[in-house]
Amino acid sequence: MNVNYLYSLLAVVVLGLVAYVGAGSVGLQGVFGIFIPYLALVIFIAGFVNRVMDWAKSPVPFRIPTTCGQQQSMDWIKQNKIDNPSTTWGVLVRMFFEIVLFRSLFRNSRVEIVGSRLSYKWVVWLWLFAILFHYSFLAVVVRHLRFFLEPVPFFVKALEQMDGILQVGLPGVFISGVTLLAGALLLLMRRILIPKINYISKAADYFPLLLIIGIALTGLTMRYFTKVDVTKVKELTMGLATFHMGIPEGGLSALFYVHLFFVCILVAYIPFSKLMHMGGVFLSPTRNLANNSRMKRHINPWNPKVKFHTYDEYEDDFREKMIEAGLPVEKE
Amino acid sequence: MVDILKPEEMFNSIDYALPKKPWEDVPTDFSEGTFCYPTKKKNQEYLSLVAKDEWSPADEDWKLPPNWQEIIHEGFKERLEKYRSLKVFMDICVRCGACADKCHFFIGTGDPKNMPVVRAELLRSIYRNDFTIAGKILGSIAGARKLTPAVIKEWFAYFYQCSECRRCSVYCPYGIDTAEITMMGRELLSLLGLNINWILEPVANCFRTGNHLGIQPHAFKEMIEFFCDDIEEITGVKINPSFNRKGAEILFVTPSGDVFADPGTYTMMGYLMLFEHIGLDYTLSTYASEGGNFGLFTSSDVMKRLNGKMYQEAKRLGVKWILGGECGHMWRVINQYMETMNGPADFLEVPKSPLTGTVFKNAASTKMVHIAEFTADLIKHNKLKLDPSRNDKFKVTFHDSCNPSRAMGLLDEPRYVLKNVCNHFYDMPENTIREQTFCCGSGAGLNTEEIMDLRMRGGLPRANAVKHVHDKYGVNMLACICAIDRAALPPLMNYWVPEVGVTGIHELVGNALVMDGEIERTIDLRQEPLKEEEE
Repeated sequence: MNVNYLYSLLAVVVLGLVAYVGAGSVGLQGVFGIFIPYLALVIFIAGFVNRVMDWAKSPVPFRIPTTCGQQQSMDWIKQNKIDNPSTTWGVLVRMFFEIVLFRSLFRNSRVEIVGSRLSYKWVVWLWLFAILFHYSFLAVVVRHLRFFLEPVPFFVKALEQMDGILQVGLPGVFISGVTLLAGALLLLMRRILIPKINYISKAADYFPLLLIIGIALTGLTMRYFTKVDVTKVKELTMGLATFHMGIPEGGLSALFYVHLFFVCILVAYIPFSKLMHMGGVFLSPTRNLANNSRMKRHINPWNPKVKFHTYDEYEDDFREKMIEAGLPVEKE
Repeated sequence: MVDILKPEEMFNSIDYALPKKPWEDVPTDFSEGTFCYPTKKKNQEYLSLVAKDEWSPADEDWKLPPNWQEIIHEGFKERLEKYRSLKVFMDICVRCGACADKCHFFIGTGDPKNMPVVRAELLRSIYRNDFTIAGKILGSIAGARKLTPAVIKEWFAYFYQCSECRRCSVYCPYGIDTAEITMMGRELLSLLGLNINWILEPVANCFRTGNHLGIQPHAFKEMIEFFCDDIEEITGVKINPSFNRKGAEILFVTPSGDVFADPGTYTMMGYLMLFEHIGLDYTLSTYASEGGNFGLFTSSDVMKRLNGKMYQEAKRLGVKWILGGECGHMWRVINQYMETMNGPADFLEVPKSPLTGTVFKNAASTKMVHIAEFTADLIKHNKLKLDPSRNDKFKVTFHDSCNPSRAMGLLDEPRYVLKNVCNHFYDMPENTIREQTFCCGSGAGLNTEEIMDLRMRGGLPRANAVKHVHDKYGVNMLACICAIDRAALPPLMNYWVPEVGVTGIHELVGNALVMDGEIERTIDLRQEPLKEEEE
């Protein structure tokens, strides 16, 4: 058993127990239902802003896009305007593909030794799992806006309709909840079962996945099995959203507090973890710059003064040899 | 030099099985043949860099300066403040593993520390320890570790086991660029005087003589004149290049490897023939006699110091614009760094081909044009009379050099030239060319004899793809647009695919070019018969 996921699993289980006991048996519903969610939100916003500001504080001294296609050249040579953009529009399209469709991940391949040769196979799995996971996550987050907005906005309702298109079960199954769990489990399995990925994985890779699996499991259990009282949940969440905090009469199940506590931990954890890739992907200089530094000068704000070896110094060094060889000189 | 395995033995020795211990606990191997030799102190002193007394990576004690931890910490901090790339790349990697098997050094060695993700973690683990809250509180659970001499040794081994080719960055969902990581790592090592000789000696040479090989002005001229004699013998046409000539329209700068070593010299001959044939008003400079820039492999300051010569010389000679030869990392510097560092180039004019009138708008600011762009434009406008059948004995494939591909995107211009100067051209499989191209295995200053085993391993993916087209189409010539390639690929081919030779594209241009007043050609630029039957 790898110590990295053991630690992470242990951490998630302990956190779950803390909420289960704390909000359930001890009855600290105010702490887990009101105080911790606000605290998590404050940590998230402050931490996220701080991290992005910190990145932005460092300049981009050089224009270093990774060019993944033909450059802008003569008119008769077809430029790859997306993978090697020379304009802001091109960069925007490139970033769109990168952020929305995970384009670079889509290129993934795997090297194999076949007989006495190397061979490369296009592999789609990582891209597929990543898309499944991230879009399910997004759908689940958007659906949960229902708990914080009254009236429920049309796009949330529309998404729910699409998400529930299978029309099975009661309450109807939302596809995204199931696929979120599946996506997270697939990504986790990948880390555990593929030796290379296992070797590079840290506790910081397992922890958020396990936490999200915890969130999905508690959420699915509440919705489909223990049938949480949604009206009461909304009473609590609307209270949070409108600063009229209060614990609904009769309280909520301990499982709900586990779910909420997991979410709070995740939200507060984001700014201090690799989950900041959600912000960083916008700031990566190899992707968000146009390859136009031969057309337009890029400025380095700290461009240092350095010592050059000037032509005059060079000529002083070699003058006689240069004259002898018939090379022109400045000073005879 | 230590003996290396036979090709078959080397191939069979590649093992992707992973160590039982986590990589943090695997000590770095410093047996002979695994590391680049450290620089001689005189080179550091000449360049006013941190100088270190003679040492060897095989030594147990590297005798680091007493405050070495502070130097690294402060150096790291300074670079985080200077480079957003470094900060972002330290923070956002999710270790998805997409990069893991994209590195030619990983593919060839199976060493997990050659996975780009782990190479970056070597630096990240210290970053977390020194600069993040999570790392300070949770330590190793958060992936942090203390800076020990073993870490410095590991950095030295693995940042000089990366050729800054940027292939991993193509596949990374966030574009994390290991070249950027390696460059920062090497700068930090340089603060402790830990440089390698194969980089710093060329740098010191270049600073003084104007070129990496240390060719002095009179010798530079003599070598070029020697090529002119050869050209006259082959073609009957006499060529008179000029040197350091004021008032020429164009300054031509190419890597000094083209002047010094086969097969680059034949490419140099190709340039000279082309320029003579079209009557170009150009000059060569003995002062700016290096297109390449090993400063890129040392530090951004040193890169700037070497690069400055190009603009300074262009200004002194009063040329209108600069034409650059076939070279890989040279073009990364020109495209992504030069004008930022040493511009503005406002004393030059927007490059315009005197023959076709084409204005090179994509070089409007740096005023520097790539020879492949220039020649492709000439061919497109029918300015050259070409006889591609003179290259008929060659079945040619093209190696995209890392930097022109991934730091510029010069992909179709050289192919256009090749297809016009030879009749048999075959591309390698698509996941091994263009932006997905594999490094020669010796880039970024690693083209040194003492690590031949590593170079052959790193070059394996490239050689493997060449072997594929060799077996399938009978390819026997590997064309490239990089002087390091022209030095590194011949031994690589000789090792893995011995039937395949290496050439620059302008050597093939020189063969095919029908010059005014030339005699009937029977031999090529290598003075070998044009047709194989005649052998």
